Amino acid sequence: MTVSELLEHGFSEISLPDPDREIHGVYIGDLLSWVMGRADADNAWITIMSNINVIAVATLADTAVVILSEDVDLPEDIVQQAQVKGVNVLKSSVPSYETAVKLYELLK
Amino acid sequence: MSEPLVFHFDVDGSDFTSAGTASVTVKKNLRQLGLPADVIRKLSIAMYEGEINMVIHANGGTADVIVTEQYIDIILKDQGPGIPDVNLAMQEGYSTATAQIHSLGFGAGMGLPNMKRYSDEMKIDTELGVGTTVSMRIWIR
Repeated sequence: MTVSELLEHGFSEISLPDPDREIHGVYIGDLLSWVMGRADADNAWITIMSNINVIAVATLADTAVVILSEDVDLPEDIVQQAQVKGVNVLKSSVPSYETAVKLYELLK
Repeated sequence: MSEPLVFHFDVDGSDFTSAGTASVTVKKNLRQLGLPADVIRKLSIAMYEGEINMVIHANGGTADVIVTEQYIDIILKDQGPGIPDVNLAMQEGYSTATAQIHSLGFGAGMGLPNMKRYSDEMKIDTELGVGTTVSMRIWIR
């Protein structure tokens, strides 16, 4: 499934410079070093963190998309950074667990 | 590519939000060189953790990346306080970072362990009150 296909399933767009990126697997975490150590490339990464370091971690760990759960918003300057760095960011209105369950259904 | 390629960066210790600039730049440059994606990923994560460490603990420092045909070396050098107990610092979950650092999503005690995990060889030279140099090597093949 591609990142842009998630938009048809209740996820909303925050930054989508690479819409056709394929998602393989999911990782959930808010401690950035932990995420960098454990997340795989091409994962959808679910988090509630919304500072600028999230964009750097997504770039370096090569995740397919950052999904901000519980309607967490990204400040406008960070949205711009995400677009410049080619980082996909979507938003989900439900908590991380429910977001993951939904992704499980969509990705299987 | 017979001569090694060298990238040098000054890591700004005062600005937490710009940490990662060097790693992201290196990643971009190495992609253009056509190096394998897994090598680039390992290198950029190891280097980013090092950058973050220098910002959190040492008020910045320098990062040098040397790219040869066989391997890539990353040399991170700071004039920070030094590491009193390297074995303790290498343990996953051990951290001396402040609450403010935690609120930014760092300080999980995973920095040095991640650097070891993602490099093939790692060496730490540290002296209290003088500084720390971390050297990492990642083999390309």
